[in-house]
Amino acid sequence: MVVINSISKGIVIDHIRAGYGMRVLEYLNIDASCNTVAFIMNAVSDKHGRKDLIKIENITDVDLTVLGLIDHNATVNIIEDHIIVRKIKLRLPETVTNVIKCKNPRCVASSESGVPHIFRLVDESTKEYRCEYCDDIVKAGEGL
Amino acid sequence: MMLKGRSLLEPSDFSVEEIESLFGLAGRIMDAPSDYSEVCRGRLLATLFYEPSTRTRFSFEAAMLRLGGQVIGFSEPGSSSVAKGESIADTIKTVACYADIAVIRHPKEGAPRVAAMSTDMPVINAGDGGHQHPTQTLTDLLTVKRARGGFENLTVGVCGDLKFGRTVHSLIKALARYSGVSFVLISPQELMVPEYVRKEVLKKTASPFRETENLLDVISELDVLYMTRVQRERFFNEEDYIRLKDSYILDAEKMRGARRDMMVLHPLPRVNEIAAEVDSDPRAFYFKQAQNGMYIRMALIMALLGIKE
Repeated sequence: MVVINSISKGIVIDHIRAGYGMRVLEYLNIDASCNTVAFIMNAVSDKHGRKDLIKIENITDVDLTVLGLIDHNATVNIIEDHIIVRKIKLRLPETVTNVIKCKNPRCVASSESGVPHIFRLVDESTKEYRCEYCDDIVKAGEGL
Repeated sequence: MMLKGRSLLEPSDFSVEEIESLFGLAGRIMDAPSDYSEVCRGRLLATLFYEPSTRTRFSFEAAMLRLGGQVIGFSEPGSSSVAKGESIADTIKTVACYADIAVIRHPKEGAPRVAAMSTDMPVINAGDGGHQHPTQTLTDLLTVKRARGGFENLTVGVCGDLKFGRTVHSLIKALARYSGVSFVLISPQELMVPEYVRKEVLKKTASPFRETENLLDVISELDVLYMTRVQRERFFNEEDYIRLKDSYILDAEKMRGARRDMMVLHPLPRVNEIAAEVDSDPRAFYFKQAQNGMYIRMALIMALLGIKE
């Protein structure tokens, strides 16, 4: 069994859907060359069977907006002095830029270089987003 | 009316009140065109047409010239730097150095929004692929408004290519804001309205609508019948186009089942979806639409440039 020590200060992102941890790390844009990051893939989970888990030491001000889009069932705990000082409830972001790519071949974003892919939340319950340019609707997760 | 400096990319960019005020201005221009023949002197309109157009381009150019302004632009991208691979953003930034207002038609959906995001100059969407065509909608609404006095409680049938028909998407988006308007969407299964129109417009505004494949079944219920062309250029597959293009043809026989005051609208150009015999029917309003188009575009140009009457 892999054992990762608890951290005294930082962020613990737990219960990430197995296989999605790498994507989370990628979008959080954490510089692993100057920060201590523990990344566990496919760990056993009582809740979900399998899960990914990320611990980032000494950083607490990470932009977690996009995390709600990738896996809003993940849990986020902020640790200070070995204690959980805050639990963050993830929500789907109202607007995401360059996270979902528009796949409509008729959309300007799919052909014009340098155009940011902007999507706006349509319905939180169905996790649907709308392309700012062509209005195509995608489900969160489908176009990532 | 505070439209100065703004862009028109889709009908909901303007409030119902702002659109009403444009109708008012268009009506005053119609009544006394000579009073407005010099109001845009010294102003320049740029027409960037990346796709062919007759009516829309001519009506914008005629509108600006009749306001005393001038026009520059291209009617096919091959004759501009676009052929060298220039981006939309770079083109519009360059054009903004010379012109006061720009009109853009582009085959890609959302291209006018990219242009508007790249400049402070007002940008007007003159049709972006199969997405939106808001100035055609202003034309359509003005035509209905002048004939019927308003839009409340109308039953509007839209027929033909509802999937790729940009004029249909804009029309539904605009009319769904008026109380009591209900829609009958008449199309083959393959060409039904896109998901965003159903979810983001019709369901969000709680507008009553139903979908059918048969025009004859519903024509007697309609106050307005909006016919559209099944456009060859919107298909990826030629076989699909040939199979569906003649699905919905309006002729004198079908018109016999319609109300005596039903309005027939069409954004034009038509191919064969309205038989020529319908043209002489007093319920045919499509050529009136073309005429109204110039006046509403005159009003729009004045409003976006902030020109006082």
